[in-house]
Amino acid sequence: MDLDALAGCLSSSACLVTQTTSGLIIGMLLFLVAVGLTLIFGVLKVVNFSHGAFYMFGAYFAMTAYQLTGSFALAMFAGAAGTAVLGLIFERVFMSRVYGADVLMQLLVCYAFVLIFDDVVRIIWGPEFKSMGMPAAFQVMPLFIAGGVVPPYYLLLIGVALVAAIVLGIGLSRSRIGKVIRAAAHNPGMVSALGINTGLIYGGVFALGGMLAGLAGALAAPVRSLTPGMGFSVLIESFIVTVIGGMGSILGALIGALLLGLIRSFGSLGFPLFTEGLMYLFMVIVLVSKPTGLFGKEAA
Amino acid sequence: MTRTRMPGISRRSTLALMGAGAMSVAAPWVARAQAKTIKIGMPTILSGRVAQLGTSSRNAVMLEVDKVNAAGGLAGRQIEMVIRDSKGQPQEAARVARELVNTDGCEWLIDGEASSGSFAVHEVARDLGVLCVHTCSEASSLTADPKQHIPNAFRCVRQGIHDSIVGGSYAAGIAKAKGLKKWATCSPDYAYGRDTTGEFTLYLKRFAPDVEIISESWPKLFQPDYTEVVTKILQAKPQALYSCLWGGDLTSYIDQANIYAMFGQMEVFAVNMADYTALTVVKNLPKGIHSGNRYIKTFPTTPENAAWGDAYKAKYNEYPTNWSWQNATAVMFLAEAAKKANSTDGKKIAEVLKGLTIKCPFGADGTVTMRGDDHTLVGYAIGWGTTIPQEPYVPEVKAGDWKTIFELEAEWKKSKGYT
Repeated sequence: MDLDALAGCLSSSACLVTQTTSGLIIGMLLFLVAVGLTLIFGVLKVVNFSHGAFYMFGAYFAMTAYQLTGSFALAMFAGAAGTAVLGLIFERVFMSRVYGADVLMQLLVCYAFVLIFDDVVRIIWGPEFKSMGMPAAFQVMPLFIAGGVVPPYYLLLIGVALVAAIVLGIGLSRSRIGKVIRAAAHNPGMVSALGINTGLIYGGVFALGGMLAGLAGALAAPVRSLTPGMGFSVLIESFIVTVIGGMGSILGALIGALLLGLIRSFGSLGFPLFTEGLMYLFMVIVLVSKPTGLFGKEAA
Repeated sequence: MTRTRMPGISRRSTLALMGAGAMSVAAPWVARAQAKTIKIGMPTILSGRVAQLGTSSRNAVMLEVDKVNAAGGLAGRQIEMVIRDSKGQPQEAARVARELVNTDGCEWLIDGEASSGSFAVHEVARDLGVLCVHTCSEASSLTADPKQHIPNAFRCVRQGIHDSIVGGSYAAGIAKAKGLKKWATCSPDYAYGRDTTGEFTLYLKRFAPDVEIISESWPKLFQPDYTEVVTKILQAKPQALYSCLWGGDLTSYIDQANIYAMFGQMEVFAVNMADYTALTVVKNLPKGIHSGNRYIKTFPTTPENAAWGDAYKAKYNEYPTNWSWQNATAVMFLAEAAKKANSTDGKKIAEVLKGLTIKCPFGADGTVTMRGDDHTLVGYAIGWGTTIPQEPYVPEVKAGDWKTIFELEAEWKKSKGYT
C-alpha cells in the first residue's frame, strides 16, 4: 500500500490528468465489449460466454485489413463489420437453437465456441503473437494537458467509444427500431404477434453486440499484442463491468466500465499489489449493497 | 511313411516366442536394447500462449536429430522423437513424461518445458531413473539447489543467475557513465519475474551502489493492457527502467509505452527484447533499448552461428528462438556423449555428460560445457547490447565475462546455502 503516492497524485494536476485519461482509456475499451454483452443479455436473455472471441476477431480482422490496405479507417471498418457478420451467422446458425434450452446448455455451446474460435484463429493466423503496429498518423508526440500526458490515439479511442455510447443510448430510447428491440426484450410473444420478425431482431442485436466487441478489438489492435485466446481476459473484466453496472443496462455498463478503469488507474498508484483485488472488492461491495448492480432492475 | 509338418508356427517356435515375450514384459530394457531405433520422449508446450516457443523447441530438436540420423544415429541407432503437448500445465507435463517412458518405450527424455513444468518432469526423472535433459527452464534452483540434484538429470539452458550477473554488470556500467541513479522496474508477477528482477537489481546495486529503485510494477502475466503501469512509471520519473516482460506481453508494453513517448524519457533495459519472437513482431521498435541476448544469429559473431540461424530459417521460414538454441545444444551433447560412450545406455551417457565440453555454434569461445558438479550448461554466449529497428537488430553485443560469472555465482550459491 502506497497511500503517499496516491495522495501526491491527487494533489498534482499533471498526475490527475494522466491517470484520469489512463482510466478513461481502459474503461472505454471495456465499455465497448461489456455493452455488447449486456445488450445481448438484456434482449436475448443469454449470457454470451463466447463474447470475448468477437473482440479477438475484431483485432485480427483489423490487422489483416491494415496489412492489405494500409488504411487505418478500413481496418476499423473491417474489425467492426466483420464481427457483425460473424455475430449474425453465429446467432442464426447456433445460438438461436438454444434460446429455450437450459442455461447450462447455453453455457456449454458458448464455451465450445470459445475453443473453436481460438483454434480457427490459430489455423488462419498462426499460434504466435502478432502486432498490428501504430498507424503513422498517430506516431506523434503525446499532448501535454495541464502537465499531464495524453497520447492522441487514446483521445480518438475515447471519442469513438463515447460516440458509440451516445448513438446506442439515443438509438435504443428514441428510434423506432430501438423501441421494437426494447419491446422484444420485454415481451417477444407480443412483438411477434404484431407481425414483427423477432428472429431478425435477435440476429440484429447479436450482430450489434459482436460489432461493438469487434470495434473494441480493432481499436485495441495497434497497442495490444494479438494472440489466440486474447478475448478471455477481456471477457472476465467485461463480466465484472456488467455485474457492477447491472445486467442488461447500457448506462450501467458505461458507468461500471469507467469506474473499473479509474480503480485500475489510481489503484496502481495507491495499492500496487492489490489493483486486481480492488476491482473484485468493489464488485463485492456493489453486489452486497445492491444485488442487481448499480443500474440493474429488480426482476418482476 | 513320411511325416509332413503342418504349416504355421511349430510348438517349439511358439514356446520360444512366449519365452521372449515373457522376458520383454519382465525386463523391458532387454527388448529396448535390441531395438534398432532409440525413442526419445519430449514433453513441451505446443498449444496456448507459449506455443511458439514449444514449436521452436521441437523444430530445433528435429533439425539436429535429422543431422544425427543422417550421420548414422546414436551408437548406430536411429533416433525416433516422440513429442507431446503438455499445454504448459505442470501436472500434464509430468503425466506425459511418465507415459512417454512407460507406454511409448522412450529411453531418454528431453524436457522442453518452462520452469513450472520442468520441476514436475524432474520428479518423474527422479522416480523412473531415466536420462533427462532439461532444455527450457532458466530457474537457477533447478540445478543449483543440491536437493534437486539427481545423477540422471542435466540442464542445457541459460540460467537466470548468469543473466542477472551479466545484466547487472552491464547496466551498472551504463548507470555510472550516464549518472542513472533513479531506477524503476516492471516485471510479470510470478516466480520468474520476481526472481529475475530481484537478482538483476542485486547485482546492479553491487556494481553501482548509488542506484536506488524508486518504483516497482508487477503486472500480471498475459495482462492485455499496461496503460496504468506506463503512466505510473512516468509519474515516478525514473532515469532508467528494467523489465523482464517477455513475448507478447513485452511487445504490448512497448506499443503502449511508445505512444506515451516513454522511451525518450528514460534508458530502458529489457532482458528479453533481443529475441526474434519480439524483435520481428514489434512494428515500431524504439532504437536504443538495452537487452540481453536470447538467440540472435549475429552473437556470437561466428560463421557457425550465422549458418545455424540461416539453416533453421530456411527449413522453418522463421528465425529460431532462445529455446531453439538450447534444444539444439541438448541434441549435440547427447550425440557427442553417445559417440564417446559408444552406447545408448542412459547411465553410461550420464557419466560421459558430466564435465563434457563440445564444439557448439552457441559457445562464447566456440565450445560449451556441461558442468560436472551441478549438471548445468556453462560457457554459452551471453551478453547485452542495444537494439535498432531493423536487422541485425542488436548490432553490437558486449559479451559477459565467464570468470566473473563463475566467481559471483559461487558467492550467490553460498549465500543461498546451496554450497
